[in-house]
Amino acid sequence: MSIVEEQRGPAPAPAAGNPRQRRLAGLACLVALLAAAAVLSLVVGARSLTPAEVWQGLFGEPGTDQRLTEITLIVQTLRVPRTVLAVVAGIALGMAGALIQGHTRNPIADTGLLGVNSGASFAVVLAVYLFGLQNPVQYLWFAFLGAGAAGVVVFGLSSLGRGAGNPLTLVLAGQGVTIFLTAMTGAIALADKQALDVLRFFNAGSVQGVGYDVIGLAAVFVAAGVVLALFNLPAINLLNLGDDVARGLGVNIALGRTIGVVAVTLLAGAATAACGPIAFLGLMVAHIARWLTGPDYRFLVPYAGLLGALVLLVADITGRLVVRPAELQAGIVIALIGAPFFAALVWLGKFRQA
Amino acid sequence: MSAQMHPGVRVGGWSWVWRPWIALVTVLLAAATFLVFCVSISVGDFTIELTAVVKTLVGQGERVDEFVIMDLRMPRALVGLIAGLALGISGALTQSIARNPLASPDVLGITSGASATAVFVVTASGGAAIGGSLGLPAAALLGGLLTGFLVYFLAWKKGIDGFRLILIGVSVNAAMQALTTWLLALADIRDVARAQAWLVGSLNARSWTEVWTSLWLAAALVLVVLFVSFQLKPMHFGDDVAAGLGVRHSAVRAVLLLCAVLLASVAVSAAGPVPFIALVAPQIAMRLQRSPVPPLVASGLFGAVLLISSDLIARTVLPGGLPVGIVTAIIGGPFLVYLLVRANLKRSA
Repeated sequence: MSIVEEQRGPAPAPAAGNPRQRRLAGLACLVALLAAAAVLSLVVGARSLTPAEVWQGLFGEPGTDQRLTEITLIVQTLRVPRTVLAVVAGIALGMAGALIQGHTRNPIADTGLLGVNSGASFAVVLAVYLFGLQNPVQYLWFAFLGAGAAGVVVFGLSSLGRGAGNPLTLVLAGQGVTIFLTAMTGAIALADKQALDVLRFFNAGSVQGVGYDVIGLAAVFVAAGVVLALFNLPAINLLNLGDDVARGLGVNIALGRTIGVVAVTLLAGAATAACGPIAFLGLMVAHIARWLTGPDYRFLVPYAGLLGALVLLVADITGRLVVRPAELQAGIVIALIGAPFFAALVWLGKFRQA
Repeated sequence: MSAQMHPGVRVGGWSWVWRPWIALVTVLLAAATFLVFCVSISVGDFTIELTAVVKTLVGQGERVDEFVIMDLRMPRALVGLIAGLALGISGALTQSIARNPLASPDVLGITSGASATAVFVVTASGGAAIGGSLGLPAAALLGGLLTGFLVYFLAWKKGIDGFRLILIGVSVNAAMQALTTWLLALADIRDVARAQAWLVGSLNARSWTEVWTSLWLAAALVLVVLFVSFQLKPMHFGDDVAAGLGVRHSAVRAVLLLCAVLLASVAVSAAGPVPFIALVAPQIAMRLQRSPVPPLVASGLFGAVLLISSDLIARTVLPGGLPVGIVTAIIGGPFLVYLLVRANLKRSA
């Protein structure tokens, strides 16, 4: 490490300040932006509310006033759940995207890579086909199961033998399982129109209409994933120096990769189950975070998480506004507006190889 | 790290290294392609003996067989052969150029662009155009080509760089997929079912007109690819080494990428967006051939074997006439996983 320090010696300009402080300040900025977006998310919708009305809706005494009861209903059962879910799922997808790119060293690795997206879709379609479930509250539990099972299978397959050390094996095993599950999903959707109908809305990806019980469960998984991910960050930095160097510096490579993959599965699985496959979000914010922070994963991953929450929240708000009084699903907004923006940044050369 | 030496061969201005294993695998794959092609023709409502099929193919069959084979079964098998070859080669080219095993025409957005256009045609016209055999394939071909050019145009900045190319491709792909999802979410459920039937890919009810169009296009493209491809190998060492070895790398990359886009578009317009062949075939061919990079010919042949045999299984073994795209994925996915697991276990033993 001392060699690196010496080379860096004369480089930093005095105006740049301490990069660590700068990154922490950026983190604080992101939190502030996220809070602002959350407030906006409570205010904006098919029926616009003033901040004062939102405040009443959140904390007001349940009175006899018809209008107030209505506002309370809108705020507490519609606006708050989707805002909370957008933040939770956004953090999860953003962090998972950054982690999976760090572990696979592949710039197009996304959160669907471990099979969680196709697992969730397959389970949803299967539940509709077998049990005729129509209510999202019922089939979302299957989405959890499917995402988890697919993640476990992919991880198990890739760690047979000596695979745990090889990111390429993980990537390709994930693709193999995804291929298989997507085909099964397609087969069921072709046979059963009801399943197809549910699938086309689940696949769009939306944070709307999910109850507190599902959000609570997702939040538990996401919290566990976040803890594991944060614990994993120093190891990723070392693993990216190459396996040999990492081993020489005392990193337990198999353990590091295992924790990383488990974290990704928890984060991406929970988020996907609750709001559908929005894989592009993780990929996009991981690159933007790397552009903002540089390659240090201790900052990159938290940045990606906050950016993910911000982007998902803004996309959800945009989706409510563009086709009022109907809504455009957040997943579609992210891809249709986010993709050109992302492509522009790529073209400007803002991103570096993972 | 095999220590054995492979002899070099020189004929006139051409020279290559004689590697028996690679040659053997390629010959075996070609034989397998021919075999499944013949079996696919022989199996149907009534079975024609394999010997009779071969006889008819060389022009010495009986009148009845000739009618059934040439008019009814041949177009389907040929479309499978052409689309499989095109997808396999297209996948090998994209994976080589992007130097990324995940890159494929699917990831670059070509397939999803073709799908978005086709779904638009189906949902906008209320299914009127789907009756015509030309409307949908033409729309898909156009959509695939336009998306391919869009990706290339957006990724161009004083040349094409693999990293920029796939990131742009991924974002265009995401946008096109979202467009498709949106169109499906807006549409009438009957149109959605019709679109879904096209989206999984199928070889049903093909005619000779479709065969000829895609055959000429694909043959011309494959010729160009094979002619240029000897310059591809040095490019795996990176642009600087390739330039040092006398390869005009940006020109070669442009031509090959264009061919990959065109091949994928031809395949999608002929057989629908049959998924995963372009991704899986090069990776499997690579492992069969023990080659460090995706091999072009073997990938194409394996793609054809995979597509035709999936169609065969879809028609015969499985009930309910599942479309070939689904069977491809159900076979291709686990086979890829099997090869990976076997390689891992062998290495650790």
